[in-house]
Amino acid sequence: MSENVLCVEHVTMQFGGVVAVNDLSLEVNQGEIVALIGPNGAGKTTAFNCITGVYEPTNGKVDFMGAPMVENFPQGNMKKMYLGEHNGDYTRKLNPTPDRITRLGIARTFQNIRLFSALTVFENVLIAKHMRARQNFLSATFRLNWAEERRMRRETMELLERQGMTHLKDERAANLPYGIQRRLEIARALATEPKLLLLDEPAAGMNPQETQELTDFIRQIREEHNLSIFMIEHHMDLVMQISDRIYVLDFGKLIAEGTPSEVQNNQRVIDAYLGVADDAEN
Amino acid sequence: MKKTNKRGSFIALICVILMLALVVVLENTVPFTSMLFTVLKKGAVYALVVVSMNLLNGFTGLFSLGQAGFMLLGAYTYAIFTIPSDVRDSVFYLFGGSALHISFPEMFESVFGSTGVGGAISLILGVLLALILAGLVAAFFAYLIGLPVLRLKSDYLAIATLGFAEIIRAVFQWDKLGPVTNGANMLKSFPSFTSFNLKDAGGHVVLRLSTLVPFVVATLCIFLIVLLINSSYGRAFKAIREDEVAAEAMGINLFKHKQLSFCISSFFAGVGGALLAMYSNQVQAKVFTAAMTYELLLIVVIGGIGSVSGSCIAAFLYIAASEWWLRGLDENPFLGIDAPAVFRVGLRLVVFSVIIMIVVLFFRRGIMGDRELPDLFRRHKKAAKEVAK
Repeated sequence: MSENVLCVEHVTMQFGGVVAVNDLSLEVNQGEIVALIGPNGAGKTTAFNCITGVYEPTNGKVDFMGAPMVENFPQGNMKKMYLGEHNGDYTRKLNPTPDRITRLGIARTFQNIRLFSALTVFENVLIAKHMRARQNFLSATFRLNWAEERRMRRETMELLERQGMTHLKDERAANLPYGIQRRLEIARALATEPKLLLLDEPAAGMNPQETQELTDFIRQIREEHNLSIFMIEHHMDLVMQISDRIYVLDFGKLIAEGTPSEVQNNQRVIDAYLGVADDAEN
Repeated sequence: MKKTNKRGSFIALICVILMLALVVVLENTVPFTSMLFTVLKKGAVYALVVVSMNLLNGFTGLFSLGQAGFMLLGAYTYAIFTIPSDVRDSVFYLFGGSALHISFPEMFESVFGSTGVGGAISLILGVLLALILAGLVAAFFAYLIGLPVLRLKSDYLAIATLGFAEIIRAVFQWDKLGPVTNGANMLKSFPSFTSFNLKDAGGHVVLRLSTLVPFVVATLCIFLIVLLINSSYGRAFKAIREDEVAAEAMGINLFKHKQLSFCISSFFAGVGGALLAMYSNQVQAKVFTAAMTYELLLIVVIGGIGSVSGSCIAAFLYIAASEWWLRGLDENPFLGIDAPAVFRVGLRLVVFSVIIMIVVLFFRRGIMGDRELPDLFRRHKKAAKEVAK
């Protein structure tokens, strides 16, 4: 149960002179739901983008399933400008593109929904199956891959069935209600057959009832797909109910970690959210 | 769903066969000097090129303006490899003969013989091989150009591809390459559409097939493009068009897929360029200007960005309007149009531009939007069913 899925080690992300994420280390274990919380602008999404290959971290390392996935160290101008710690600990440059990382088994959703809006629900999910297919463009054009194509379509249908979205399959993604769009985005991420699912504010803009449904939904997909889940979320009801462990980020720095009850009672967390006099920080 | 799919493809197949048959019948009944055939031939060629451009601009969302450059590559490749050896010296006379001495039809003639059925087979095979090579050369250059250029986005990509197309045009006009490209002079005497007319021993035309040839080639190529678009790769292209970041997060390698789309589009542009060379009986680099790309882009927009059938319809309408229907405005009275002599020569373009502006204003998403022809029938059927209820 405690097998390590994701291990982020001393990751620092610096944009020019601004350190957005500072020396972030965290772990997600097999089957866990881990939440990353923090005030606005704390660097949560930046941390996500470092893990999924959208950004190259300035310094640090990310391991996935025990193998190094992303690693970087300050280079060029950054050598002089680097403000973070652990300079010189890492000497390798390993920056796979986001599609490589998805291929390894990390799927994600986005803070502002990014569906293929002109395409149907069915196509949205089917596209995610493209990556795992073994066809090439010639065999696909001449329909030599019909067995594979049929399998992809069947799996997509099954996935939609399990999410209770079969009746919507020919609907354009843009025409769906907001809550369903969120769920479709998760369904699409699941179609890539991930081992780890990263959810970036899955409950943003949802009312309490929708949030409750989402909570059950996240639990359900963890069981069904044998997933580990790492999410960013602002809805504390959701976070406290569902997470096994919570990391708290403030101004790019990790200020607390632990179980929901530990974090709830942590003075630094309360300070970060409610604000205190300047000298109490750090 | 599967059943309707199968029936749909069956209906489409019958429509295509009927269309090809109609073309043959028309050509052998209507006097061959009619403008109709100019429009049909050029329309078929343009339809192919426009669909290939739509694959890139409409389906993959890459705003590229290099189409004319790739057509030029295709046209020159076709011409250089099909000019018969006995006229080569007269074509390349300014450069003291041609550097290359390969002619595909003649190559096959040495196998199948040069007369009768053997001659026909070698002509068909030779031209086919040259067309495929034309596509491959264009695709190869697209691959090279794509390496640096496809990392750019939207307008920047458009400017870069436009620049490359102009560079290609300039290079082909370069004197030093004269023995291969004939410099800025035209290449001619290669097999054209009329070479495919069946003749009897006395040299009289028995059966005219010159309009059928571009139709068959264009139909085949467009069919392949449609197959590609409806495959898993086509869906990946659409995903890139819709949202690059999300597509990448879904495991789609952006660069690889863009490169693929760019090369395939250029392949068919190359074939289209070769067909255009066959249509006009000659090739000259100065024809393939940026203005030609804009013309193609205009047809894509009029037809509907992301609609193959829209592109085809728009290509024929555009060619018919610009070459045929508005003639009366420029020349003698034609089709009931008779412009006052003051406006002669020039009014046609004015009216044509106004028509295009009206089309763009009132069909903002093009004639077809992003729908295809069958979608229209399907909707009518649905509506009819609802009315019946």
